[in-house]
Amino acid sequence: MPDTQAKQVVELGYGGNERLMMNMGPQHPSSHGVFRMILTLEGETVVGVDAVIGYLHRCHEKLGETLTYVQYPSIASKTDYVAAMTSELAYVSAVEKIARIDVPKRAQYLRVIAAELQRIASHCLWLGTWCLDMGGALGGGATVFLYAIREREMVLDRFEELTGARLLYGFHQVGGTRYDVPPGWDTKVRETVDFIEQRIDEYEAMLEHNTFFRVRTQGVGVISRELAQDVGVSGPLIRGSGVNYDVRRAEPYSSYGDFDFVVPVETEGDCYARYRVRMVEFRQSIRIIRQALDGLPEGPISSRPGVKSVGQVRVPKGEGYARVEGARGEVGCYIISDGGPKPYRMKWRGASFSNLAVLPHIVPGHKVADVVAIMGSVDPVFGEVDR
Amino acid sequence: MTLPPVARAALGAFIVLNAIILLVTYATLLERKFAARMQSRIGPYYVGRPHGWLQPIADALKLMLKEDVVPAAADRGVYNLAPVVFLVPCMLIFATIPFAPELGVADLNIGVLFFLAVSSLEIVGLFMGGWGSNNKYALLSAMRAVNQIISYDLPFIFAALVPVLLAGSLQMSAIVAAQQGLWFVFYPVIGQLAFVAYLVATLAAENRVPFDILEAESELVAGFRVEYSGMKFALIQLGEYAHMLGTSFLGALLFLGGWLGPGPAWLGPLWFLAKAVLVFLVVTWVRWSFVRIRVDQILAISWKLLLPATLVLLLATGFVVATRGAGGG
Repeated sequence: MPDTQAKQVVELGYGGNERLMMNMGPQHPSSHGVFRMILTLEGETVVGVDAVIGYLHRCHEKLGETLTYVQYPSIASKTDYVAAMTSELAYVSAVEKIARIDVPKRAQYLRVIAAELQRIASHCLWLGTWCLDMGGALGGGATVFLYAIREREMVLDRFEELTGARLLYGFHQVGGTRYDVPPGWDTKVRETVDFIEQRIDEYEAMLEHNTFFRVRTQGVGVISRELAQDVGVSGPLIRGSGVNYDVRRAEPYSSYGDFDFVVPVETEGDCYARYRVRMVEFRQSIRIIRQALDGLPEGPISSRPGVKSVGQVRVPKGEGYARVEGARGEVGCYIISDGGPKPYRMKWRGASFSNLAVLPHIVPGHKVADVVAIMGSVDPVFGEVDR
Repeated sequence: MTLPPVARAALGAFIVLNAIILLVTYATLLERKFAARMQSRIGPYYVGRPHGWLQPIADALKLMLKEDVVPAAADRGVYNLAPVVFLVPCMLIFATIPFAPELGVADLNIGVLFFLAVSSLEIVGLFMGGWGSNNKYALLSAMRAVNQIISYDLPFIFAALVPVLLAGSLQMSAIVAAQQGLWFVFYPVIGQLAFVAYLVATLAAENRVPFDILEAESELVAGFRVEYSGMKFALIQLGEYAHMLGTSFLGALLFLGGWLGPGPAWLGPLWFLAKAVLVFLVVTWVRWSFVRIRVDQILAISWKLLLPATLVLLLATGFVVATRGAGGG
């Protein structure tokens, strides 16, 4: 259904005699946070969807103007709280770009390891919650959820050993990283990724050979190549629609050019294609982590001294935009500096926010049950949408 | 001591009813423990050590103590009546199940027919609940329920009729007696196919994953019972599990030889229970390993696959029975 038509249906409201308006969210088991979809239904079929966001708005960008460059990285975690490492990385990269601060090679590798571990953890949560959406808290979905959460827990344990925190890390600082790896950590990371690699095979066996899983995902929520580019989705969504775009490859940051990895691309554009892309990304992340651990150089972890006072980092006048490939797509941070210890203005480009914009284009025409499957395959985190 | 027939029947019904409620209560614990094992968890543990054996009792008590909330916009009469209308047929189905020869409330000569007829009545209570709640989720769920249960009752009945044909009787005890030589599940080809069809139809008739689109908590929150709380919720839950156990008992009786098994005759009821629990666990196993399928796909499976398949199976059974001579195993 074209967008204008869907819009008309939404505006009809209760007036349509055979139509039912149904609120999905903000309090709903599969709203992945606080998201409200006003669905217009004809029987079971969705004819219109109106997405309402903003329930988790915390003035992040304003907050960025009131906190110094030293303070904000640990707040940046809270935009995308499921993949906190990548938002921190985007922020500090933007600052480093304006101030032209070099980052030591060791710190760059550590950032890569953290980002890829974070991608694994985030994809674990995505797989679990997506299956939970399709399979129910009292069904097979819960089984996949608990398996995936168990693996995510192992990654969080590694992060806890590295930074002392399990969800919001504060690992990055301008000029490098705040913590170096503890002794024996690399062996543990290797064991963790070996273990997770085996588990991924198990998930694939459990899901891909499962007819019910395939009929629920194949041909559902198709995003065409053109639509994906028009709306500006990124990450696994655009790669599932046949566009070979990955920031790590297109504009390598933090030494990503040193590593050998494959950017998975699927052409179907349906939920199953997005699932395939993420499953391959699991493996590629593991591959990158192994390479980074093997080649981890010696040296300092930061080109700047450790944090002593909040106003320590001063950035010359200027502006800069840095983008990184987060678990959900391109995470960007734009900063304007007026020369003080705080940004004059900052702006986030949240991957989930842009990805979510595709929903009204693909949801109409599907059944109610598909709405949650599509939502899950988009994998939004509302901390990042509302900010 | 001899009791008049009426008193005897009433006593039997009383015992069976309470036994079923107890069984249902512990079936929930069994399912939770089983699911926990599948998911690398422990499951209920602390309420009543070892292994949370008091958990079902605690759950029941909690539900009794809960406040009973009736939505302001609900159709009160329909809303309040629905759990009872839902529960009664789910309990009634146990009336015709004999747990051993001569051990049951009523071994009707049309036992299977009674079971099938009564068990499909639950849809009335279900729809009343969905309608009376005056909630959009509940209404959608009730719509789905009518679709699904009507579609799956036919294959369910056809699959259950295969053993009836093989035994040449609708009486439950006669069907078990006919399996003296060979349990019907081992009957070449027909038996296995019918058993599989029965299991699939059972899953759908009981609204279990992958056919649990009625409660579909990720879409419809809790489906038709979203507005129910406290004891009313407990009644619906009780009815659902009772129905599931009832169909498990029927499956054990029709296909797995009921109380037949090695050992002395008094072991019969235990054998029966063990087989019913086995069927229950298979259903549970399926539930915890699949994702839910969509409403149109569910209907397609029923009308395009299961219904023609069971119909053909029934015809084939009729043919087999006709060629070997009617009646008897």
